[in-house]
Amino acid sequence: MRTLFFDAFLHSPVTLAPPEPDPAALAEVERALAVRPRHLSGQSLAIRQVDAGSCNGCELEIHALNNPYYNIERFGMHFVASPRHADLLLVTGSVTHNMRTALERTFAATPAPKWVVAVGDCACQGCLFRENYACAGPVDRVVPVDLTIPGCPPSPTQLLSGLLALQQALNSNV
Amino acid sequence: MELMHDLLLQGWQMVLVVLIAPWITGVVRKTKARMLRKQGPSVLQPYRDLRRLLSKETLLAENASWLFRVAPYLIVSATWVAATLVPTFATGLPFSWVADLLAIVAILATARFFLALAGMDVGTSFGGIGSSREMMIASLAEPAMLFIVFTMAILAGTTRLSTIASVMASGTMGIRVSIGLSLFAMLIVALAENARIPVDNPATHLELTMVHEAMVLEYTGRHLAMIEIAASIKLVLFLSLISCLFFPLGMAQREDGWLAMGIGLVAYLLKINALACLLAIGESVMAKMRVFRVAELLSIAMLFGVLAVFLLFLSRGM
Repeated sequence: MRTLFFDAFLHSPVTLAPPEPDPAALAEVERALAVRPRHLSGQSLAIRQVDAGSCNGCELEIHALNNPYYNIERFGMHFVASPRHADLLLVTGSVTHNMRTALERTFAATPAPKWVVAVGDCACQGCLFRENYACAGPVDRVVPVDLTIPGCPPSPTQLLSGLLALQQALNSNV
Repeated sequence: MELMHDLLLQGWQMVLVVLIAPWITGVVRKTKARMLRKQGPSVLQPYRDLRRLLSKETLLAENASWLFRVAPYLIVSATWVAATLVPTFATGLPFSWVADLLAIVAILATARFFLALAGMDVGTSFGGIGSSREMMIASLAEPAMLFIVFTMAILAGTTRLSTIASVMASGTMGIRVSIGLSLFAMLIVALAENARIPVDNPATHLELTMVHEAMVLEYTGRHLAMIEIAASIKLVLFLSLISCLFFPLGMAQREDGWLAMGIGLVAYLLKINALACLLAIGESVMAKMRVFRVAELLSIAMLFGVLAVFLLFLSRGM
């Protein structure tokens, strides 16, 4: 405890240098913004994570964004506890029928202007559980998706570069 | 002329508390991040958050009543009024003739009452939990706060905060055990009132551990912006209160010239930033308490307040 306390004063932060925004994601966000124009500065983004039927692999990686190494908060993005406070819905998993209503209601409860980001292969194009008696399929069958970050699961760096692309697109859009 | 000078002084302090409130919140967050060896968000991030919230749509739950819509404005105005009554860089505020230290406690209690009502208004379970916990904490923190007020009032011979601050700043008081005891009580009360660790965690995402956050879960857009700025102003209020009562170093008096006012302003900004850093360091080394242990913590504050008053009575030979 004491060592950790003094370490904080003596050493610099352990945070990683910011990754480059993903060009593919940038193009995707710009397409989505052309379809549904929404104006908001990217300097401050509140994220609500919705697990719509994920195996929790993506959640582990998303959770890593909060640690001192990836530290997503330095970009002005932070996770919030209520969709009412959010700008960005981070949806994971192939949407199950049980979570479908919850996802729709979360989307409705989020104040405009809002974005939906599908995280992980299941949420983007459907995985093993795409056609299944319990699943409605990928996220864009239930709510409109603006950005997809594929990967099974996507690494925190991939998540960061996807979200930074969104931020950059929003900032150039304002 | 005299009146103009007083009003200008008051107006300056009124604007100052609102302007620096998000900055202080940013300083606390940045320091906490650095204590965890994170790079952390910019100190100006709370301003950007407020701008974002003000530009967003404001949604209301279907069963929200008029109270839910009115409460954020009531809370922010009550908190702001309370904050203007606390001397920041200079004493002798004209508004302090209207309301004393007891009134500040009462105005803050009014703001809290409306926040608790708004928490229950929509009828979500977390809002109800938050409201009941907030009132529990408040009912324990307020008596402790009142004893601090009594100690100060006995020492300075008045409950008017501006006069208490000038008496404290004059340096005739010296070092007293009662002041030390009430400082300790004040620190605990300030932690509890501002929903900081160990009483509440302002950064939590777990609804079951929330107190303040649970009540505002349903707020969106500009309503949420009002609640956030009110929370920031309240933090500045308590830091200013601690600095004017216990560390009145460099504080300007009403009749002082511009130079003394300038020194007072610089000293105030330094003090309040230092207190914000200390708060962040304190929060980083403490763990959050279980809800039912909060009562014990606040009883300690109350005990110290009572002891401070008793010691004063004894030392004055009744």
